[in-house]
Amino acid sequence: MLFLATEAVTHAAKAGIAEKAWLIPLLPALSFLVILFFGKKLPRGGSESGILAVGLSFVISIFVALDWISNQAIVDQHWVWWHNGDTKITIGQHVDGLTAMMFVVVTFVSLMVHIYSTGYMHGDVRFTYFFAALSLFTASMLFMVLADNLLQLMIGWELVGLCSFMLIGHWFEEKNNSSAALKAFFTTRTGDVGLMLGIITLFFAAEKTFHIETINRLALEHEIGHGLLLAGATLLFLGVMGKSAQFPLHIWLPDAMAGPTPVSALIHAATMVVAGVYLVARVYGVFWEGFSIGAGGLNWMALIAGITMIIAAALAFVQDDIKRVLAYSTVSQLGYMVAALSVGAWTAGVFHLFTHAFFKALLFLGSGSVIHAVHSNNMSEMGGLKKYMPQTYWTFLIGTVALAGIFPFAGFWSKDEILLGASKNGYPFILILGTIGAFMTACYMGRCVILTFHGEYRGHGHPHESPRSMTVPLLLLAIPSVGIGWLNASMFHVEKFAHWVRFEVPGVEFEPPEHKADIALALGALAVAVAGLAVAYWVFYLQTAPNRGAFERSPFLRGVKNVLIEKYYLDRIFVDGVVGFIKGPLARATYWTNQKIIDGFVNAVGAGARIAGRFTYDVLDQKGVDGIVNGIGVSASETGGVLRLVQSGRVQQYALMLFAAVGLLGLALILFT
Amino acid sequence: MPVTQYVLLSALLFCIGIYGVLARRNGVLVLMSIELMLNAVNINLVAFSARLNDVAGQVFALFVIAIAAAEVGVGLAIVLLIYRNRVGVNLDEIDLMKG
Repeated sequence: MLFLATEAVTHAAKAGIAEKAWLIPLLPALSFLVILFFGKKLPRGGSESGILAVGLSFVISIFVALDWISNQAIVDQHWVWWHNGDTKITIGQHVDGLTAMMFVVVTFVSLMVHIYSTGYMHGDVRFTYFFAALSLFTASMLFMVLADNLLQLMIGWELVGLCSFMLIGHWFEEKNNSSAALKAFFTTRTGDVGLMLGIITLFFAAEKTFHIETINRLALEHEIGHGLLLAGATLLFLGVMGKSAQFPLHIWLPDAMAGPTPVSALIHAATMVVAGVYLVARVYGVFWEGFSIGAGGLNWMALIAGITMIIAAALAFVQDDIKRVLAYSTVSQLGYMVAALSVGAWTAGVFHLFTHAFFKALLFLGSGSVIHAVHSNNMSEMGGLKKYMPQTYWTFLIGTVALAGIFPFAGFWSKDEILLGASKNGYPFILILGTIGAFMTACYMGRCVILTFHGEYRGHGHPHESPRSMTVPLLLLAIPSVGIGWLNASMFHVEKFAHWVRFEVPGVEFEPPEHKADIALALGALAVAVAGLAVAYWVFYLQTAPNRGAFERSPFLRGVKNVLIEKYYLDRIFVDGVVGFIKGPLARATYWTNQKIIDGFVNAVGAGARIAGRFTYDVLDQKGVDGIVNGIGVSASETGGVLRLVQSGRVQQYALMLFAAVGLLGLALILFT
Repeated sequence: MPVTQYVLLSALLFCIGIYGVLARRNGVLVLMSIELMLNAVNINLVAFSARLNDVAGQVFALFVIAIAAAEVGVGLAIVLLIYRNRVGVNLDEIDLMKG
């Protein structure tokens, strides 16, 4: 039995279905077990179980979200899992706007990906296994989102990492795929060391509790020292850098594209990689105080996010693999989300997470549809697909303009909010980097669309439109990509999202700053995005730009291109620098230390123990203990030998002794009285 | 009334008894010597009873005579059994209790 004792604590005035939110992760978890044990016997190889469970979870998520919208009652319950001294390890659920939003996003995208995968993975060798892993992933992600304490969050966090590893290496027969899986796992694990240390730091800083709401409250009420908060936030952010692919730990995400495309859509674009963003949003009190976000200027998190969004966008220009373009785009967009949170624009960051999940999942599934048609990932073998697969083209185009931030598609609203927050909260460099990033985003996405769908077909065979199981999810995802931004169209005085999803700690007067819309800024961002698309059209479609071929002719530009193709040599630095150092000098030094010092010490202890043992045996045991035991025996035996002389058995001798004794006693009586 | 003679007689009898108990090897004679010692004690008891005008000493003497009779009965029975089992009542040879 998992729950030893149940001790539910609720401070919700009235909570309906939100209290049953634990069902949402439970259903996919059950589905995972069903697929694992019975999947191969099911008529559709286990996919129906996954779709059913995730579909039900999606329905419940919708109800939870509606319940939240009408009641706005935070559910915060926990059950004691086990006691450790005075510390209670609990497992719980915390349902507020952020949780409800994540539930809807994760279950919706997961449902789309499940349906899409029945077409995309049709006939795959490990079809059942794939769906089992998808179910497990969905369950883990939802479990993480549900967490009311950091320990539970970390369990979910690690589980999604494991699922990511399993699914990247789905076709592990090829060395590249298994290497990519390992790279993803190790890189995120590197960050997770920080996460774990951060959780431990906060645990002790916050009077031994993992409870997120309590930690937030203590942080915001200055009950925890600033130094501890800074350390905690910095360490937690290491975990975020790993999971949400922030520079310089972003290197795993493009390689993770080795996995099947639906996995890329679900895990490496829409849900798992935003876990880091979710963590920052969830434990925002710690980050707000730790990095002094309210003070403006510059903080470490903003710096990393700013670097991430620019360098990743630059890398997207030189990729030939369509999925890698999208992967770098994801890295860049994650940079936007983290940047938003780092400048105090909490709602904007979370809103961008929300919109991005839809259009990026759409783009990935669209690219999967293309790959399915042409049997290649490379854009050099695509082109002109517009007329072969119109549904894919139009939905992909919708995703592109949404990502580029064109009015009135989803990305426009959320990106505008981020730039607004950066400008109003005193982070000008994020505003500048964000604007440059917006231009680059529009430009590389334009390039991607043009190379894939326009011009002449450069590949082999006859491409064809994908089956309905794949196009229907595309259409369903296209709807929110178009319209979901209107949930928070602040310049039209629609601020539903900001009202529904907000950072709130009961009993603490704190709200991340919100700002009035700035029409000029929005128009500027829109102009930049349009300019990006126009440049892409000019350079890659018309191919009449005056400096065509400049990247081949100019040595400087060629150098720049090489740096980009080599991914800033980061992989080299990691492999030669870190791994090489560990394999070479560090390994030798460790070996030497092991052999000479640790083994020497161990051997010395062993030899000492031998000498002590010999001494104990020879002196203490043989001479001491045995001597005493033998001595007692011998003395008893010899005393007996003397005494047995008296026991002659002759009555008269006994009588003689008797009378002699009486005589002696009588004599004594006479003499001494 | 002087008791010196009685005490001397008693001591003489007691010594003869001790000698008999310790020195003779025949079981029957040892028992008879024990009787001598008991009766030496009886003489003492009766003599001092008369001297002190206290009848308790004579009562003790009667008890001793009665118990001596019982003791001789048991003792002779034992001697008889030993004689039957071992053909002889030489006390030197009865050393089953030797340690």
